[in-house]
Amino acid sequence: MVAARMFDRFDEARIIGVAGLETMIGELGARGHAVVGPVRRDGAIVLEPIESVVDLPRGWVDEQTPGRYRLKRDGDSWFAPVVGPQSWKQFLHPPRQKLWTVRKSDAGATIEPEPLATEKYAFIGVRACEIAAIAVQDRVFMQGPYVDPNYAARRANAFIVAVNCSRAASTCFCPSMKTGPRATAGYDLALTELSGGDDARFLIEIGSAAGQSLVEALPTHPATKADIEAAAAIVAATEASISRTIDTGDLPELLKAEPDHPRWDDVAARCLNCANCTMACPTCFCTTVVDESALDGASASRSQRWDSCFTGDFSHVHGGAVRQTPKARYRQWMTHKLSTWHDQFAMSGCVGCGRCIVWCPVGIDITEEAAALRRAV
Amino acid sequence: MAATRKPRLGVFKFSSCDGCQLSLLDCEDQLLAVAGAIDIAYFPEATRADDVGHYDLALVEGSVTTPHEAEIIHSIRKRATTLVTIGACATAGGIQALRNGADVEAFARIVYAHPEFLNALSTSTPIGEHVKVDFELRGCPVNKNQLVEVIAAFVVGRKPDTPAHAACIECKLAGHVCVMVAHGTPCLGPVTHAGCGALCPGHDRGCYGCFGPKATPNTAALAARLAGLGASRRDVARLFSTFNANAPAFRREAQRHAD
Repeated sequence: MVAARMFDRFDEARIIGVAGLETMIGELGARGHAVVGPVRRDGAIVLEPIESVVDLPRGWVDEQTPGRYRLKRDGDSWFAPVVGPQSWKQFLHPPRQKLWTVRKSDAGATIEPEPLATEKYAFIGVRACEIAAIAVQDRVFMQGPYVDPNYAARRANAFIVAVNCSRAASTCFCPSMKTGPRATAGYDLALTELSGGDDARFLIEIGSAAGQSLVEALPTHPATKADIEAAAAIVAATEASISRTIDTGDLPELLKAEPDHPRWDDVAARCLNCANCTMACPTCFCTTVVDESALDGASASRSQRWDSCFTGDFSHVHGGAVRQTPKARYRQWMTHKLSTWHDQFAMSGCVGCGRCIVWCPVGIDITEEAAALRRAV
Repeated sequence: MAATRKPRLGVFKFSSCDGCQLSLLDCEDQLLAVAGAIDIAYFPEATRADDVGHYDLALVEGSVTTPHEAEIIHSIRKRATTLVTIGACATAGGIQALRNGADVEAFARIVYAHPEFLNALSTSTPIGEHVKVDFELRGCPVNKNQLVEVIAAFVVGRKPDTPAHAACIECKLAGHVCVMVAHGTPCLGPVTHAGCGALCPGHDRGCYGCFGPKATPNTAALAARLAGLGASRRDVARLFSTFNANAPAFRREAQRHAD
């Protein structure tokens, strides 16, 4: 079934080269987008503004294992490294956002809300798992009773160029979460890198009217049946290379049934409760509000800032923190991701990107913890 | 209506390098606003005025290392409505607390020609071991923005925003690449109190733990990981034995790795 769907889309596909990609970046800029893509910086692939294909990490690949990330030179692909330490949430749901300012006035006090966000991004190189993560944050911020207007504004303006994964990291487990490695929806355009180098060829699929409009401005030609088969084979090979799995069957019920499993003590002994997993997670959305007041007392402002369920302050209410121990915090995080998220949002909170495994300084592996919780005591 | 009296500030120094007090002068752009909001009544680093009055806010830098200091901290406490310690010395004993548990007389004989002139205690202890402290601001030195935040919060009577979570959160908020995961660099960030803005990881260095232990630090798990990255027992002991060597969580981890 998956294959059939893939071919439906691939049938409309076209081919674009490096010059076409360069034109795409320029055209997105001309259409008012701030173009963001993968860039090599400080030994990792991070997401930063790009102006040209020369900014892309051509010829680099990533090696990712629990608690370890390295880049090395290998091949001549433009989009070989998969997900890195950052995610697109830093743009759609930025780490710090001012909400409003209040000033003393003749009338007492005047509240000035921050103007609605106007950022208009184009994201180049969004992976299938990341599209799934954006869908999770869409659900959280836009599809509940309270809409985050700034997120909604940035989201409405965003143009998404997906890249289907031509390789996977050892920490990837998107097939288990049914999120990848192929992007099937949620993009404006999707690329599959058929070959690298100066003569690189990319299969390009159109996912929206905006994507169609952009493609019309780019130098492309129709894909052949062989191109389409090659693209399907690349994604299939990537999927076949993924060995990390998480058994999601009855996992929501299992987690709820095992609050006293000894594995929680075991993981708590290793967990630094440093919050890196939640910061790196593309679906974690929690924030706290922070008030600042000017020294002269004439004004004050309120901001929101990313927060994490791994801190004591996060669950601090009158009398103390609800979750006093790191054990309680790890259990809360994992149970929310894989179990109660379904109750709250009718979807999984985990998309299988593996960031929490890689960027955990001590390499705690959510798939291994889930498997351990399944084992009889 | 008469103008409200500005709160009186006193800045006091114990055994320390003066770096934390100087952070106040380093506020530059905000210094005039600070001076506008509070009456800087006693601040020997910045003013000539001598003063013996009562202080609405006392900022105390440095640790207690002499019998004289152990005595005068009580008089400062009596003269201060709110007493805030600034920096690792005042809050944890500072780097000079490395002498705790060691032979101070032996050190003195090596360093000084006439050790008999010294009148020092055998320990360096935080202010909080001597008097009640209302708020502790971490750092070696303190972060000037946090210092201004503490003063701004004091002026209006709100809680300052100085979260006790890991430096990692600031590091990720700043968009830095984790130096431990991506480079294998030993880093104390996961057990260290936030406040510096993840300064060192932003410059490709591991965290030195200048702000002391965060809330609920798992130093044992981090030490195990550092060993996995190649750190010797001595390396781990030394990492935990710097500016906050006497902070209980760091001291215990250093002791667990003592030869």
